[in-house]
Amino acid sequence: MADLLTVNKSPFEKNSLELAIKYSQPGSAILLIEDGVYGAMKGTVAEAMVKGAMGDKKMYALKSDLKARAIKDDRVIDGVEVVDYAGFVDLVEANDKVQAWL
Amino acid sequence: MSDIKKFMYLNRRAPYGTIYAWESLEVVLIGAAFDQEVSLMFMDDGVFQLVKGSDTSESDMKNFMPTYRTLGDYGVRHLYVDKASLEARGLTADDLIEVAWEDFETEEEVDNIVEAVDADQVVQLMAESEVVFSF
Repeated sequence: MADLLTVNKSPFEKNSLELAIKYSQPGSAILLIEDGVYGAMKGTVAEAMVKGAMGDKKMYALKSDLKARAIKDDRVIDGVEVVDYAGFVDLVEANDKVQAWL
Repeated sequence: MSDIKKFMYLNRRAPYGTIYAWESLEVVLIGAAFDQEVSLMFMDDGVFQLVKGSDTSESDMKNFMPTYRTLGDYGVRHLYVDKASLEARGLTADDLIEVAWEDFETEEEVDNIVEAVDADQVVQLMAESEVVFSF
Protein backbone atom coordinates (compact mmCIF):
# COMPACT_ATOMS: atom_id res chain seq x y z
CA MET A 1 0.00 0.00 0.00
CA ALA A 2 1.05 3.58 -0.51
CA ASP A 3 0.07 7.10 0.39
CA LEU A 4 -2.08 9.69 -1.30
CA LEU A 5 -0.53 13.17 -1.35
CA THR A 6 -2.68 16.18 -2.11
CA VAL A 7 -1.20 19.43 -3.43
CA ASN A 8 -3.36 22.56 -3.49
CA LYS A 9 -0.87 25.30 -4.36
CA SER A 10 0.36 26.53 -7.73
CA PRO A 11 3.81 25.12 -8.58
CA PHE A 12 4.77 28.60 -9.83
CA GLU A 13 4.13 30.20 -6.47
CA LYS A 14 5.08 27.60 -3.88
CA ASN A 15 7.28 24.50 -3.75
CA SER A 16 4.51 22.24 -2.38
CA LEU A 17 4.39 20.05 -5.49
CA GLU A 18 8.17 19.86 -5.71
CA LEU A 19 8.36 18.69 -2.09
CA ALA A 20 5.47 16.26 -2.44
CA ILE A 21 7.38 14.64 -5.29
CA LYS A 22 10.74 14.78 -3.56
CA TYR A 23 9.65 13.40 -0.20
CA SER A 24 7.35 10.59 -1.25
CA GLN A 25 7.95 6.93 -1.87
CA PRO A 26 7.73 5.23 -5.25
CA GLY A 27 4.17 4.09 -5.80
CA SER A 28 2.66 7.16 -4.17
CA ALA A 29 -0.36 8.85 -5.69
CA ILE A 30 -0.26 12.64 -6.04
CA LEU A 31 -3.57 14.40 -6.46
CA LEU A 32 -3.55 18.02 -7.67
CA ILE A 33 -6.46 20.08 -6.35
CA GLU A 34 -7.44 23.77 -6.20
CA ASP A 35 -4.50 25.90 -7.48
CA GLY A 36 -2.42 22.71 -7.51
CA VAL A 37 -4.04 21.77 -10.84
CA TYR A 38 -1.85 24.30 -12.63
CA GLY A 39 0.87 21.68 -12.20
CA ALA A 40 -1.05 19.43 -14.60
CA MET A 41 -0.77 21.89 -17.50
CA LYS A 42 1.26 21.15 -20.61
CA GLY A 43 3.97 23.50 -21.75
CA THR A 44 4.81 25.13 -18.43
CA VAL A 45 8.11 25.41 -16.59
CA ALA A 46 6.79 22.76 -14.16
CA GLU A 47 6.01 20.17 -16.83
CA ALA A 48 9.40 18.43 -16.80
CA MET A 49 9.22 18.00 -13.02
CA VAL A 50 5.75 16.46 -13.22
CA LYS A 51 6.71 14.15 -16.08
CA GLY A 52 9.79 13.09 -14.16
CA ALA A 53 7.67 12.20 -11.15
CA MET A 54 5.44 9.98 -13.25
CA GLY A 55 8.29 7.51 -13.65
CA ASP A 56 7.46 5.93 -10.33
CA LYS A 57 4.43 7.87 -9.04
CA LYS A 58 0.93 8.32 -10.32
CA MET A 59 -0.38 11.85 -10.90
CA TYR A 60 -4.03 12.85 -10.73
CA ALA A 61 -5.87 16.17 -11.12
CA LEU A 62 -9.35 17.11 -9.94
CA LYS A 63 -11.72 17.78 -12.82
CA SER A 64 -13.84 20.52 -11.24
CA ASP A 65 -10.76 22.57 -10.34
CA LEU A 66 -9.32 22.13 -13.85
CA LYS A 67 -12.60 23.36 -15.35
CA ALA A 68 -12.82 26.40 -13.07
CA ARG A 69 -9.30 27.36 -14.18
CA ALA A 70 -10.05 26.88 -17.87
CA ILE A 71 -7.61 23.99 -18.26
CA LYS A 72 -9.15 21.81 -20.98
CA ASP A 73 -8.44 18.07 -21.23
CA ASP A 74 -6.15 18.58 -24.24
CA ARG A 75 -3.93 20.87 -22.15
CA VAL A 76 -3.42 18.32 -19.40
CA ILE A 77 -0.06 16.53 -19.47
CA ASP A 78 -0.38 13.04 -20.99
CA GLY A 79 -0.43 10.45 -18.24
CA VAL A 80 -2.04 12.69 -15.63
CA GLU A 81 -5.39 11.11 -14.81
CA VAL A 82 -8.33 13.46 -14.40
CA VAL A 83 -10.68 12.40 -11.60
CA ASP A 84 -13.98 13.73 -10.28
CA TYR A 85 -15.04 13.94 -6.63
CA ALA A 86 -15.98 10.25 -6.59
CA GLY A 87 -12.54 9.45 -7.96
CA PHE A 88 -11.02 11.52 -5.15
CA VAL A 89 -12.90 9.36 -2.64
CA ASP A 90 -11.71 6.19 -4.39
CA LEU A 91 -8.09 7.38 -4.09
CA VAL A 92 -8.51 8.10 -0.38
CA GLU A 93 -9.93 4.63 0.10
CA ALA A 94 -7.26 2.90 -1.97
CA ASN A 95 -4.31 4.38 -0.08
CA ASP A 96 -2.99 3.93 3.47
CA LYS A 97 -3.28 7.57 4.41
CA VAL A 98 -3.68 11.04 3.01
CA GLN A 99 -0.97 13.65 3.43
CA ALA A 100 -1.66 17.24 2.41
CA TRP A 101 1.08 19.47 0.99
CA LEU A 102 -0.19 23.03 1.46
CA MET B 1 -9.27 71.55 -10.06
CA SER B 2 -8.22 68.33 -11.67
CA ASP B 3 -6.82 65.70 -9.37
CA ILE B 4 -6.59 62.64 -11.59
CA LYS B 5 -3.93 60.16 -10.60
CA LYS B 6 -2.54 57.17 -12.45
CA PHE B 7 -3.57 54.05 -10.56
CA MET B 8 -2.15 50.61 -11.24
CA TYR B 9 -3.61 47.43 -9.81
CA LEU B 10 -0.92 44.76 -9.73
CA ASN B 11 -2.34 41.21 -9.79
CA ARG B 12 0.00 38.31 -9.09
CA ARG B 13 -2.33 35.58 -7.78
CA ALA B 14 -4.31 32.87 -9.51
CA PRO B 15 -8.11 33.13 -9.39
CA TYR B 16 -10.25 30.94 -7.09
CA GLY B 17 -7.55 29.36 -4.88
CA THR B 18 -7.34 32.53 -2.79
CA ILE B 19 -9.52 35.62 -2.44
CA TYR B 20 -6.93 38.02 -3.90
CA ALA B 21 -8.20 38.09 -7.48
CA TRP B 22 -11.79 38.70 -6.43
CA GLU B 23 -10.80 41.35 -3.89
CA SER B 24 -8.75 43.15 -6.52
CA LEU B 25 -11.72 43.22 -8.89
CA GLU B 26 -13.93 44.62 -6.13
CA VAL B 27 -11.49 47.42 -5.38
CA VAL B 28 -11.09 48.20 -9.09
CA LEU B 29 -14.85 48.47 -9.49
CA ILE B 30 -15.18 50.67 -6.40
CA GLY B 31 -12.25 52.82 -7.49
CA ALA B 32 -13.83 53.27 -10.92
CA ALA B 33 -16.35 55.61 -9.33
CA PHE B 34 -13.61 58.15 -8.66
CA ASP B 35 -12.61 58.95 -12.25
CA GLN B 36 -8.95 58.07 -11.95
CA GLU B 37 -6.72 56.83 -14.76
CA VAL B 38 -6.76 53.10 -14.09
CA SER B 39 -4.68 50.25 -15.49
CA LEU B 40 -4.32 46.64 -14.39
CA MET B 41 -1.11 44.64 -14.57
CA PHE B 42 -1.16 40.85 -14.52
CA MET B 43 2.05 39.01 -13.60
CA ASP B 44 3.09 35.60 -12.28
CA ASP B 45 0.00 33.46 -11.54
CA GLY B 46 -2.10 36.60 -11.97
CA VAL B 47 -2.09 35.95 -15.73
CA PHE B 48 -4.37 32.97 -15.06
CA GLN B 49 -7.09 35.45 -14.12
CA LEU B 50 -7.51 36.35 -17.80
CA VAL B 51 -7.49 32.85 -19.33
CA LYS B 52 -10.76 32.33 -21.17
CA GLY B 53 -13.02 29.31 -20.78
CA SER B 54 -13.47 29.12 -17.02
CA ASP B 55 -16.34 26.86 -15.94
CA THR B 56 -17.18 26.78 -12.24
CA SER B 57 -20.38 24.76 -12.59
CA GLU B 58 -18.90 21.81 -10.70
CA SER B 59 -17.01 23.87 -8.12
CA ASP B 60 -19.76 25.68 -6.24
CA MET B 61 -17.88 28.97 -6.76
CA LYS B 62 -18.99 32.12 -8.53
CA ASN B 63 -17.44 32.45 -11.98
CA PHE B 64 -16.23 36.03 -11.92
CA MET B 65 -14.49 35.87 -15.30
CA PRO B 66 -17.33 37.76 -17.06
CA THR B 67 -16.68 40.72 -14.75
CA TYR B 68 -13.26 41.29 -16.34
CA ARG B 69 -14.95 41.81 -19.71
CA THR B 70 -16.91 44.74 -18.27
CA LEU B 71 -13.86 46.59 -16.97
CA GLY B 72 -13.66 48.72 -20.12
CA ASP B 73 -17.12 50.05 -19.29
CA TYR B 74 -15.85 51.08 -15.85
CA GLY B 75 -13.16 53.31 -17.26
CA VAL B 76 -10.27 50.87 -17.05
CA ARG B 77 -8.11 51.82 -20.01
CA HIS B 78 -5.41 49.12 -20.04
CA LEU B 79 -5.04 45.49 -18.98
CA TYR B 80 -1.35 44.70 -19.26
CA VAL B 81 -0.08 41.12 -19.15
CA ASP B 82 3.55 40.22 -18.52
CA LYS B 83 4.83 38.18 -21.48
CA ALA B 84 7.41 36.22 -19.50
CA SER B 85 4.72 35.08 -17.06
CA LEU B 86 2.59 33.83 -19.96
CA GLU B 87 5.50 31.95 -21.51
CA ALA B 88 6.47 30.26 -18.24
CA ARG B 89 2.92 28.90 -18.07
CA GLY B 90 2.68 27.70 -21.67
CA LEU B 91 0.19 30.45 -22.51
CA THR B 92 -0.08 32.96 -25.35
CA ALA B 93 -2.19 36.07 -25.86
CA ASP B 94 -4.64 33.84 -27.78
CA ASP B 95 -5.55 32.10 -24.51
CA LEU B 96 -6.74 35.34 -22.94
CA ILE B 97 -10.12 37.03 -22.93
CA GLU B 98 -10.62 40.21 -24.93
CA VAL B 99 -11.91 43.34 -23.24
CA ALA B 100 -13.42 46.15 -25.28
CA TRP B 101 -13.28 49.82 -24.36
CA GLU B 102 -15.32 52.78 -25.52
CA ASP B 103 -15.31 56.44 -24.60
CA PHE B 104 -19.00 57.28 -24.52
CA GLU B 105 -18.36 61.01 -25.04
CA THR B 106 -15.95 60.88 -27.98
CA GLU B 107 -17.19 57.48 -29.25
CA GLU B 108 -13.59 56.38 -29.52
CA GLU B 109 -13.51 52.58 -29.48
CA VAL B 110 -10.83 49.99 -28.87
CA ASP B 111 -11.69 46.34 -29.60
CA ASN B 112 -9.29 44.89 -27.07
CA ILE B 113 -7.42 46.63 -24.27
CA VAL B 114 -5.63 43.46 -23.12
CA GLU B 115 -1.98 43.88 -24.09
CA ALA B 116 1.05 41.63 -23.55
CA VAL B 117 4.11 43.63 -22.49
CA ASP B 118 7.78 42.78 -21.97
CA ALA B 119 9.82 43.42 -18.83
CA ASP B 120 11.12 46.82 -19.97
CA GLN B 121 7.57 48.00 -20.54
CA VAL B 122 6.51 46.69 -17.12
CA VAL B 123 9.27 48.74 -15.52
CA GLN B 124 8.20 51.84 -17.43
CA LEU B 125 4.50 51.40 -16.68
CA MET B 126 5.10 50.89 -12.98
CA ALA B 127 7.40 53.90 -12.83
CA GLU B 128 4.76 56.06 -14.52
CA SER B 129 2.07 55.00 -12.04
CA GLU B 130 1.50 57.30 -9.09
CA VAL B 131 -0.26 54.68 -6.98
CA VAL B 132 0.22 50.90 -7.17
CA PHE B 133 -2.20 48.59 -5.39
CA SER B 134 -0.85 45.06 -4.93
CA PHE B 135 -2.90 41.90 -4.82
